[in-house]
Amino acid sequence: MAQSSIMPGFRPAISFTIVYLSLVVLIPLSTLVFQSFQLSWDDYVHIITNKRVLSSFRVSFSTALIAALVASFFGFIVAWVLVRYSFFGKRFFHALIDFPFALPTAVAGIVLATIFQPSGFLGRLLIDSFGVQVAFKPLGIVMALIFISIPFVVRTVEPVLLEFESSMEEAASSLGATRLQVFGKIIFPNVFPALLTGFALAFARGVGEYGSVIFIAGNLPYVSEIVPLLIVTKLEQFDIEGATAIALTMLVISFLLLLLINVLQYWVRKRSGQL
Amino acid sequence: MSILLSNISKKFGTFTALDTINLEIPEGELVALLGPSGCGKTTLLRIIAGLERTDQGRVLISGQDRTDHDVSQRGIGFVFQHYALFRHMSVFENVAFGLRVKPRRERPSNAVIDKKVHALLDLVQLDWLHNRYPDQLSGGQRQRIALARALAVEPSVLLLDEPFGALDASVRKDLRQWLRNLHHDLNVTSIFVTHDQEEAMEVASQVVVLNHGHIEQQGSPGDIYDHPANAFVSRFIGHTNIFDLDEHDVDWLQTAGLSTAQPRGKIAHVRPHDIVIEKSTTETDAFVTLKDWQHLGSLIRIELIKNGSASSVYAEMPNDQFRRLHLNKGDKVDLRIRHAHWFH
Amino acid sequence: MNAITQPVNPAKLVERQPLALQDADWVRWILIAIAVSFISLFICLPLGLVIFKALSKGIEAYGAALSEPDALAAIRLTLLTAMVTVPLNTVFGVAAAWAITRFEFKGKSLLTTLIDLPFSVSPVISGLIFVLVFGAEGWVGDWLIAHDIKIIFAVPGIILATLFITFPFVARQLIPLMQEMGNQEEEAALSLGASGWKTFWAVTLPNIKWALLYGVLLCNARAMGEFGAVSVVSGHIRGLTNTLPLHVEVNYNEYNIVGAFAGASILAGLAVVTLILKTVLEWRK
Repeated sequence: MAQSSIMPGFRPAISFTIVYLSLVVLIPLSTLVFQSFQLSWDDYVHIITNKRVLSSFRVSFSTALIAALVASFFGFIVAWVLVRYSFFGKRFFHALIDFPFALPTAVAGIVLATIFQPSGFLGRLLIDSFGVQVAFKPLGIVMALIFISIPFVVRTVEPVLLEFESSMEEAASSLGATRLQVFGKIIFPNVFPALLTGFALAFARGVGEYGSVIFIAGNLPYVSEIVPLLIVTKLEQFDIEGATAIALTMLVISFLLLLLINVLQYWVRKRSGQL
Repeated sequence: MSILLSNISKKFGTFTALDTINLEIPEGELVALLGPSGCGKTTLLRIIAGLERTDQGRVLISGQDRTDHDVSQRGIGFVFQHYALFRHMSVFENVAFGLRVKPRRERPSNAVIDKKVHALLDLVQLDWLHNRYPDQLSGGQRQRIALARALAVEPSVLLLDEPFGALDASVRKDLRQWLRNLHHDLNVTSIFVTHDQEEAMEVASQVVVLNHGHIEQQGSPGDIYDHPANAFVSRFIGHTNIFDLDEHDVDWLQTAGLSTAQPRGKIAHVRPHDIVIEKSTTETDAFVTLKDWQHLGSLIRIELIKNGSASSVYAEMPNDQFRRLHLNKGDKVDLRIRHAHWFH
Repeated sequence: MNAITQPVNPAKLVERQPLALQDADWVRWILIAIAVSFISLFICLPLGLVIFKALSKGIEAYGAALSEPDALAAIRLTLLTAMVTVPLNTVFGVAAAWAITRFEFKGKSLLTTLIDLPFSVSPVISGLIFVLVFGAEGWVGDWLIAHDIKIIFAVPGIILATLFITFPFVARQLIPLMQEMGNQEEEAALSLGASGWKTFWAVTLPNIKWALLYGVLLCNARAMGEFGAVSVVSGHIRGLTNTLPLHVEVNYNEYNIVGAFAGASILAGLAVVTLILKTVLEWRK
């Protein structure tokens, strides 16, 4: 450990940090890896390639992907409107964006289920007018995950739009660019890395989300059963091996996806001269 | 192209940024809008560009009313104070931008764009940087790229906001001369904003002095320096000694050879180089003592104290001339004022 | 990768926009309409529903649902959990931020990454790992049974899982701020003869207090509201190991809608208070 500062307190601060980090995070998390070593490769493959497990992965990742995409699209518009336009109630809406962060997921879950269930306010409306049932279908999962994703997208895009140099837009306009060209060629490329971050955060959160989803999902195996729920189910059946194998797989896929997105982001920034 | 501004007014809230500005800029001039910060010079430039709307008044470019034209339709080139280069585009793409966003019918082919951009980069002597990104350039380089980018669309008017403001002193000197030469070669009507009078005098062919949203004076640098229209201009351009007759200086000024009888005003502005000093031969009745001096390159600035007063008077003269006087600190000095401007 | 965003001062959103930035009116109105409808549908509607549902059977039913012993026990457990986890993670956050921003050492960026780790772990997995350590078949399971210590399906497990989940909140708020601040002020204090502690209390703390409160606020909101991780380790024992979010779940699943929404409305109230305090803190920064 190098230390070249006159600042005091390095030793106690770093010691406490490392011990506490190990006790609370690293050691417990490492058990997941060690526990899975007790499984043979064949057992592992057997667990993971089970049809129900595979479809839960499909449900989790596809709903999280769709939700993150939808949230990115609308979240971008929300951030844009909040930063650039003034309208009545703007500050109120700005404050509300963090509501999904602040609201316990279980509450979000029962509230969304109540809204979207066939007898619920919106649920009935959607069935009557479009014949679309939301609750107890994968679409319900998507709705819950959109709710969860909003603040991730808005809060990562908002500061970048806010800091965006207006003179760059003015320069583009003075060179003859139309508003659409200014947006497409100047603003969007500069905001895109942040949007990508917001998308990645929303997606990662969506894949692991549990509380807000299980009430609205219907949890039908092969149709609307998400991976976290399957882990819980396995645990309740005292199938520790099964739970561990699925959990580790999900963790690894999530990390790989985050890594991929980080690399993609690095590439985008590099290509656009921001590194 | 000539520019005509008539009755331009602009308020921000209750603050009046510009108050009925009338200004005519003939074709091919290199004009400085000069004034202290907050005088409205940048607002005026942005109004000419179409980046700001006027509350009242018209903007005519080569005789045509462009007041209601959007900035993208005005045919101006604008160089921003901090350059506003597109940081996600290479130098080449920055310069090519104005050509690439043209409507399909007017857009040149890639080959033409390529040729034109490289020609412009050659013009600003930075073609070797065409692959770089703005973050990898020095301030002076960014400035020249911003200029090349603005020139790419062949603007009828070139507008520059504090073009040297963000640069180091040494780079600034070089760029001033360079901009002057460039303007000479291209002969496009150009307006730049500056708060630095030295810069305005050195670069511009016409100087417009602004203060509190008014035009105080417009003229060639020589005109403005030699015939300041009012006390503000005289104070703002170059150094000046101010003598207020209300503060009992009449006798003194007369002794120094300045007639106060003329009904021209009661405040005399005297340039430091219009004060001539000599070692006093008559020790007793000398009025002034030499306090100190500073070297300003080829000139010497001499600080003089009026006897019985705390305020200093400054004189300037060439180095060698000062040396020949053999003056030391504390010497009594005779002083003569060659010329003064009188203001009310 | 940072799951908690940095606060945006709402004051910055109110600015004069130069002409070239203005979009056509119709574009503006369409975008505002889209944004407002989206937020209304996904945020205002759920918020309104919690309040409506909680009060739909009258204030008495609400009171009765909350004065029920199981509900009170759940509230007590939730408060206890927050009271243990928030201070611990706050102390950790300050220590970690101090070490990371005030010193150079090998492995610093790895440490920063590891602190963020709990954000990328599903809540359910966060619970699972503690079952793997302390559960009946876990690493120390036999030893715990032999000594009659209960961690899983008991309060300590709930606290541990909550610690894990809320681990990065305070550190994540402090690190960027303290990085940006630099240590000149502290060096000045030290050079004037102040002790290390004195410097921290008199110079560092006043500078970071709003960010610290912000982090504590978010940490607390999550600690009180965590569901997934806690549900895995709790065992859902009524009156003993049900936190308020679990109490809500149990009641909802048993079709005790009033009871569920009474609990939910307390948690929603917590969320609203959190939002208000958060907005106040954002204005202060």
